[in-house]
Amino acid sequence: MIPAAFDYVRPASLEEACHVLATSGEEAKVLAGGQSLLPLLRLRLAYPSVLVDLGRLPDLHGVQDRGDHVFIGALTTHDEVMRSPVIREHVPLVALATATVADPAVRHRGTFGGSLAHADPAGDLPAVALALDCVFVTRMTGGQREIPAADFFVDYLESALEAGEVLVGVKVPKLGAGWGFHYEKFHRTAQAWAVVGVAAAVRTEGGAIAEARIGLTNMGSTPVRAPAVEAALRGAPSAAPNGNGSSNGAHDPVRDACGEAADDTSPPADLHATSDYRRHLARVLTYRAVRAASA
Amino acid sequence: MTEQIDAGMVARRIAESDRLGSPDPSREIGRARRRKEDARLITGRTLWTDDIQLPGMLYVAFLRSPMAHARIARVDTSAARTQPGVVAVYSGRDFAGEQGNLPCAWPVSEDIVIPDHPPMAVEEVRYVGEAVACVVATDRYKAADALEAIEVDYEPLEPVLDMTEALAEGSPKVHEAGNRAFTWKFSGGDVEAAFRDAPVLIERTYVQQRLIPTAMEPRAVVATTDGTAFTLYSSTQIPHVLRVMLALTTGIPEHLLRVVAPDVGGGFGSKLQVTAEEVLCLLLTRRIGKPVKWTESRSEGNLTAHHGRDQLQRIALAAERDGRIRGMRADLLADMGAYLMLVTPGIPILGAFMYNGIYKMDAYDFTCTGVFTTKMPTDAYRGAGRPEATFAIERAVDELAHELGMDPVELRRRNWITHQEFPYTTIAGLTYDSGNYEAATDRALALFGYDKLRAEQADRRDRRDPVQLGIGVSTYTEMCGLAPSRVLGSLSYGAGGWEHAAVRLLPTGKVEVVTGTSPHGQGHETAWSQIAADAMGVPFEDVSVLHGDTTVAPRGMDTYGSRSLVIGGVAVLQACEKVKEKARKLAAHMLEASPEDIEFSGGTFTVRGTSAGKTIQELALAAFAAHDLPEGFEPRLDAEVTFDPQNFSFPHGTHLCAVEVDTETGLTKIRSYVAVDDVGTVVNPLIVEGQVHGGIAQGIGQALFEEAVHDAEGNLLTTTMTDYLIPSAADLPEFVTDRTETPATSNVLGAKGVGEAGTIAATPAVVNAVVDALRPYGVRDVRMPCSPERIWRAIGESGGAAAGWAGPTESEGGER
Amino acid sequence: MPRITVTVDGIVYEEEVEPRLLLVHFLRDRLGKTGTPVGCDTGNCGACTVMLDGRSAKSCSVLAVQADGSDVVTIEGLAQNGTLHPMQEAFHAEHALQCGYCTPGMIMAAVDLLKDDPDPSDEAIRHGLEGNLCRCTGYCNIVKAVRRAAQEMSGEGVRTS
Repeated sequence: MIPAAFDYVRPASLEEACHVLATSGEEAKVLAGGQSLLPLLRLRLAYPSVLVDLGRLPDLHGVQDRGDHVFIGALTTHDEVMRSPVIREHVPLVALATATVADPAVRHRGTFGGSLAHADPAGDLPAVALALDCVFVTRMTGGQREIPAADFFVDYLESALEAGEVLVGVKVPKLGAGWGFHYEKFHRTAQAWAVVGVAAAVRTEGGAIAEARIGLTNMGSTPVRAPAVEAALRGAPSAAPNGNGSSNGAHDPVRDACGEAADDTSPPADLHATSDYRRHLARVLTYRAVRAASA
Repeated sequence: MTEQIDAGMVARRIAESDRLGSPDPSREIGRARRRKEDARLITGRTLWTDDIQLPGMLYVAFLRSPMAHARIARVDTSAARTQPGVVAVYSGRDFAGEQGNLPCAWPVSEDIVIPDHPPMAVEEVRYVGEAVACVVATDRYKAADALEAIEVDYEPLEPVLDMTEALAEGSPKVHEAGNRAFTWKFSGGDVEAAFRDAPVLIERTYVQQRLIPTAMEPRAVVATTDGTAFTLYSSTQIPHVLRVMLALTTGIPEHLLRVVAPDVGGGFGSKLQVTAEEVLCLLLTRRIGKPVKWTESRSEGNLTAHHGRDQLQRIALAAERDGRIRGMRADLLADMGAYLMLVTPGIPILGAFMYNGIYKMDAYDFTCTGVFTTKMPTDAYRGAGRPEATFAIERAVDELAHELGMDPVELRRRNWITHQEFPYTTIAGLTYDSGNYEAATDRALALFGYDKLRAEQADRRDRRDPVQLGIGVSTYTEMCGLAPSRVLGSLSYGAGGWEHAAVRLLPTGKVEVVTGTSPHGQGHETAWSQIAADAMGVPFEDVSVLHGDTTVAPRGMDTYGSRSLVIGGVAVLQACEKVKEKARKLAAHMLEASPEDIEFSGGTFTVRGTSAGKTIQELALAAFAAHDLPEGFEPRLDAEVTFDPQNFSFPHGTHLCAVEVDTETGLTKIRSYVAVDDVGTVVNPLIVEGQVHGGIAQGIGQALFEEAVHDAEGNLLTTTMTDYLIPSAADLPEFVTDRTETPATSNVLGAKGVGEAGTIAATPAVVNAVVDALRPYGVRDVRMPCSPERIWRAIGESGGAAAGWAGPTESEGGER
Repeated sequence: MPRITVTVDGIVYEEEVEPRLLLVHFLRDRLGKTGTPVGCDTGNCGACTVMLDGRSAKSCSVLAVQADGSDVVTIEGLAQNGTLHPMQEAFHAEHALQCGYCTPGMIMAAVDLLKDDPDPSDEAIRHGLEGNLCRCTGYCNIVKAVRRAAQEMSGEGVRTS
């Protein structure tokens, strides 16, 4: 299919971009890599009046090691994120999850910031950002602000970004020593969206889980954390009771903890899964993610 | 399409190594020739229909119904007409007197209801996607824009979505005549006796979900006229059938209508159709006088390219305790969708003769009721009726084996036709000419490592491993080579099943083969060249194959039903023989010998017992020059043959599938897949293997991934490739394939057909494996596609909350 | 209308385009580069895959204006000086195509795959091509072809395109 007509602006600077977005009204839309937006335009599920193409703005691009965190420019492509030595070393969960996004050609064009700003709860990166307590750095005419991940995802396909506000990049805190990471994605075909995904960061200490952070993909209208699991995991022995992670055999406190993964979630029901099944998957996949992250 | 070979670039350097067998090096038949077609396809010089640009061409877009069932109260095209670049806007009413009805060529029964089917709806729409109006504009973007300016008022009517409910008293009606399209019955043997007091009775209901064939090339049509004659280019499998049908439908005289199938990007039955868009593009070019083009988007195609399968099968098997099958009953509901298209009602009937599979039994009874619903019509999809039949019998036989505690392979052995028993007339009345089920099965079991996998399965069951292993068996046959014309006549089909070929020896000794088959990925240009090269004794490179254009190849019945080689290929061979007979006379004349003393070998005619000879190239030139020909000899060396087969052909094989089912999530992973097929004599093993691979992939697609899903209002939810799941390379395993070769006795090539074999065999192999994996949980069926959620629910519902995680709750136990 | 400059298969084009014009339609309808087909409208099938500034991209999910200043290589520009790219040769040799509609995109994706991983395992090949759908081959011979091309290219030194 074919997109409806729109105007197109390619601002030369971030200031100009903010200005254009601020003065173009509600129907203006930011174009980054376009890998989510273009299909929506082609199916005529979106009718923007103007697309503001940020693709050429150099200051939104790249990965920086900033001591206690890694700063990922919003326009850094998924492909660049996956390959970035800085990301792989200091915030590997981001690289792990990004490697599961779509397919190679899409990852060449799609951007880290674009995926997050799209605020699709089925996307793989929002749950990661939430689990890692990332901070979203934005700019608008005459100002800037920092939005914690917990406040960024407002509703289905709705972020905290306001009209005229541009996502510049994301601060991803380094978690330091002792942490392990895993992103467990469950989907029906390789390029399909996650039915459910689980982003897990687990710190072990002296044979026990000291701290855990769990972000869930596609378990609500926004990505969600699993605070009950995080609390229940604290102090649980990090090794599986019968050594192989199998679900049979001896009592497993980690397993019990992960049984709470779907608590207080409102997962969607759609073509690929009922809510009930998603809740079940959340529990099973959280267990697997935690086991993998603490292995 | 004429060959467009760039020999210099492609033919070089590639060793003609043969992965499968080592045939006689002097023969082309049996050789793994690399395809001639590839040169244009790997360099982007293909001619797809959408590539065609003609001067002054206009672009067509269709406004489609957003409602499954509604009366059209008003269509206002006035605003759309004034949009920039818009040349014309028409509603169905604007063509009401001209557009006629889309044809159904297979009225299967006396009582069949064939409703009017206008290409653009006039009074009522009966499925989401039905064309309501169209725009003709100067480019495709403007055409798409103008659609949004057309206003349509609909008065909603009740959708009809479920076949059983559709047949119930008081159901809303799709058509005035009611929702029953036809009932078709067939019976052999004494079924009552077979089922009376049967020691074992297996009764099952299987759902053949609705599928979207999804050829990679979306449909496209270009139509043009000079005011007198018309040319229609279409991404079609059936240019010849289409020409006849369009002439009958539009009133354009057949001799003034040329139909061209350029390169066609896959069909799988979905392009075996006379479509609304083809008819309307012709009418539009007639009315406007300019060339027009329509190309569907994928989401438009998912809605409106015909769907496949969609049957509800009630199956019963009666058997002895030793496993011997006494009889079978099959009672189907087949979803026609809203209208009967080209061969819609015939699809389930093609399966009627296959429910008994490869097995001997005393009695068989088949009933099929065609049902109208407010959905896109169904029609041919790879296998067309036969995959459904094979699924039912192969699933039921596995159930019987389980019931008897018998190995499923052993049960099959006890029932199948042994190789000494061919030719064998089955309870369904078909005569299977040849086959060797023992050989194919033994080979497959060996390649698969059957016993070892069974041991591993037992171990995993003992350990209550959360990942269970399942083994699926499928021993199939199918009827191919559609079809003997007399049989088609007896089944009320509107045409014959012959195929045509012409062979022309050109003055320089090159050979042109003209075929009535219409390939769209099958490699006929290569395989027909091999047949002709062998028969004529000319190099493979000296043969070209012309097809897919009713001016170039005026006679044909096209490509579907695994018919091309076994009918069209045979016609090519016979036409070559005829040319050779003429050449023999000429050689005798030139060599001053009697024709009976002339021998032919390796392209040269020689006088028996001498070295005197003439090459076929010399004879070609002599015939062209015509200076010294035998008395009454026309100066040309060419011939035509129209071949009508006497019987179907019956490929068979054994497919074995091992799956690992994660009982905690329900996810199925195919661990290994072995296919041993017997497709008779093989012309090109590379092409045969490729057909088997692709067929298996589509069969797996039905088993695990694919389903057209509608909501309660009748909206198709799977309109995009995001929602209709086509397996990628990452979702499929390597397939291990091998062959046994029992030649068909029904044609001189000995070939049986291979286009549909993989699809027919694979679906039950995979589902049998899934169910086998879940036997310890008491599961005896999982509805297709066997999605993770369905498997999880099946485990839960059988009381086996898998591996300690909670199972599904009652609150949300909806079937998905 | 924006004016863009794009190099396609070595030729520089300067064209005015509507902002909404998809790169694939620019290639096909404007430049006559019909070697690159369209197979879906959601970026799933990959039939339209081209090289955009040296990396694979789905040209149905890129606006022509986004390609301003870029270098595009399509299937039509892959052969050099009348010599097929080893990947093209390998697809032919291994019978990795049937109808051929997915083939241009599949070949471009496969060429891209070898840039990152010149000696990929079968699994890496299958995952690397997960964004390109084929309905004919069941992928077995595509995997073989990519492996064959990888061997061919490692022998001759990796070509860039």
